[in-house]
Amino acid sequence: MKIALKNVILFNPDQKLNKKSNLLITDGIISKIGSLNSEDLKNCQVFEFNDKYCVPGLFDMHVHLREPGREDEETVVTGCNAAAKGGFTGIACMPNTEPAIDSAEIVSFIKQKAKDHLVDVYPVAAATMGRKGETLSPMSELVEAGAVAFTDDGVAIKTARILKTALEYSKMFDTPIIEHCEDESLAGGAMNEGLNSTLLGLPPIPSVAEDLIVSRDILMAEYTGGKVHIAHISTKNAVELVRQAKAKGINITAEVTPHHFHMTDDAVQTYNTNTKMNPPLRTSKDVEAIIEGLKDGTIDCIASDHAPHSLEEKEMEFEYSPNGILGLETQLGLALTELYHKHILSFEQLIEKLSINPRKILKLKVPKFEIGEKANFTIIDTDEVWSVDIKKFKSISKNSPFHNRLLKGKAIAVINNSLFFLNEKFHSI
Amino acid sequence: MSLSSRHLLGMQGVSRNDIQLILDTAITFKEVLERPIKRVPTLQGKTVVNLFYENSTRTRISFELAEKRLSADAVNFSVSTSSVSKGESFKDTIKNIEAMKVDMIVVRHAAAGVPHYLTQISDSNVINAGDGIHEHPTQALLDMYSIRERLGKLDGVKVCIVGDIAHSRVALSNIFGLKTMGADVSVCGPSTMIPKQMDELGVKVIHNIDEAIQENDVLNVLRIQLERKAREYFPSIREYHKYFGITEDRLAKNGKDIVILHPGPINRGVEISSEVADGPSQIILNQVTNGVAVRMAVLYLLGTQN
Ligand SMILES: [Zn+2]
Repeated sequence: MKIALKNVILFNPDQKLNKKSNLLITDGIISKIGSLNSEDLKNCQVFEFNDKYCVPGLFDMHVHLREPGREDEETVVTGCNAAAKGGFTGIACMPNTEPAIDSAEIVSFIKQKAKDHLVDVYPVAAATMGRKGETLSPMSELVEAGAVAFTDDGVAIKTARILKTALEYSKMFDTPIIEHCEDESLAGGAMNEGLNSTLLGLPPIPSVAEDLIVSRDILMAEYTGGKVHIAHISTKNAVELVRQAKAKGINITAEVTPHHFHMTDDAVQTYNTNTKMNPPLRTSKDVEAIIEGLKDGTIDCIASDHAPHSLEEKEMEFEYSPNGILGLETQLGLALTELYHKHILSFEQLIEKLSINPRKILKLKVPKFEIGEKANFTIIDTDEVWSVDIKKFKSISKNSPFHNRLLKGKAIAVINNSLFFLNEKFHSI
Repeated sequence: MSLSSRHLLGMQGVSRNDIQLILDTAITFKEVLERPIKRVPTLQGKTVVNLFYENSTRTRISFELAEKRLSADAVNFSVSTSSVSKGESFKDTIKNIEAMKVDMIVVRHAAAGVPHYLTQISDSNVINAGDGIHEHPTQALLDMYSIRERLGKLDGVKVCIVGDIAHSRVALSNIFGLKTMGADVSVCGPSTMIPKQMDELGVKVIHNIDEAIQENDVLNVLRIQLERKAREYFPSIREYHKYFGITEDRLAKNGKDIVILHPGPINRGVEISSEVADGPSQIILNQVTNGVAVRMAVLYLLGTQN
């Protein structure tokens, strides 16, 4: 089957490409780039895109799918549907499922659930059995089954000793250890420690809880030569520590979520449980440091930390409510609105952080615009203004603080695995 | 005159006018409490639920008495904290209570922000009777009432709150209320028990109890939690008492007339010595009486709004 995408701006920083063109895709593979003749267009479905950007498919490297265990909140398939709607053709899913992703069987189970989908799912396996921080997970088997990284996300790897072992062992596969940086003895609060936690009477999580583990992990990455990826960076000091570590040549990368790059703990003032996340929303000083880190490349990528929770779990007392919010369907819009349209990041930097860098960190192939390559792209309208409506989300859960928020820019189509998602529907191509 | 809000969720943001109105109204009710028949028909036909998720007999009885003396129908609904994890959700409990056609809910809960959340899921007037370590507005109001009763004013009065400021709902409510009324507020306690941001609230921090006594007209002495978790913040009760306990010697040494408040229940020999707790400086039992009058004022002002 043939489709033609007319008048798209092919944009791929990795190929130094920024050119208006047309694409012919035959059975999911790029068969022609440039002007299309009548022969090309015979028996071909033609889509006109009026100079919209076409970029390598976006990739979200921090997604919580709730399968296995909490299929009432999100399944592999509904999470993938949300990803496609949000403009992503690939996601990495976190291992804090029930049971945790700590065996080859569970990696295969997730891969199997996702196998016919447009969105590619790459499981991140637990670094330790049951994410308990005691014994190493079967890393070789997990990698063989398809795991692309290791993490105990939800918590940091418990002790320096097991972290050292995990970094040394995972060097064999050159996979990163993704760290949720939070010192266990300082954890357990409900929001950032500061004036707002005092005024709201909520138990605090001090920012130094993150800084301590970022320091530990940087030193351990240096010592072992292993790779550490800092998940959802949120503090000013952590950004500075990563910057210094990179300058020293230590193998370290970092991601930030949309909420941490533009929201502060002022948002908690209404006790809205959709402002409760871990790491918590921090202060304007932290947000400013994150913006600087995004600009100068200290922060490599943007990832959502998509964390579905049922309505019952979010409609309750703030302190008892679980952490996390949805992200897949608002991430691109927030990044365009808050970073691109506010001239913080160029479009090129934005695509690097939303598509190219996460794939490179996980050693995945970056899609290219070349004849014979698999069609794996996202088509973006950077200027469409739309209002977030949680009722239209593809996610089963609805826990987003962005309901009714006006955003500028969104994905209008994604293509991957011979499937085309356009106008809310998947089409075989 | 009526209050500018339908609820009393905390002292943060409550205007000077509203505080003044509550304190002035409470004077009338205190007179009622001194009559042989201590009851007025003001809230006849209104139903008030005392929803207590934490055990606090004193506060509950004070509210219950206030309700009964206003002729409201008072219903007590106590939920043990142990059932929070398994039992009915908070929201379902509220929906059930609402279905019984109540007018006002007085709520005490271990989690901060619950009264605020309650206003979003209920149509009743909500009174915060203490939420976690956040606020306890009626305690602050009765403290202010008691200070004003004793000293004749709040404006310019120097009040020091002594104890675990960081984990006290009484402290935060007092700070907001007193500041609004023009009092000069300071706090005194071990540095682990004082949030870093006190200066941002315009509150002076003192770590020397003698200095606190010398510089102030009023000490509001907080109860020190004796449970293990609270004990992380200071080395021992002995050390706390030695350096922050209010004793007769200490008051005598600083030779000063000072008013002493305590929200109760008292740990004698810890934050305050027995002699001081029973001595001429304290107005602790007045606070208890005033608590009923102030709560009557709050219930009346919220319950008779249209
Ligand atoms: Zn995490």
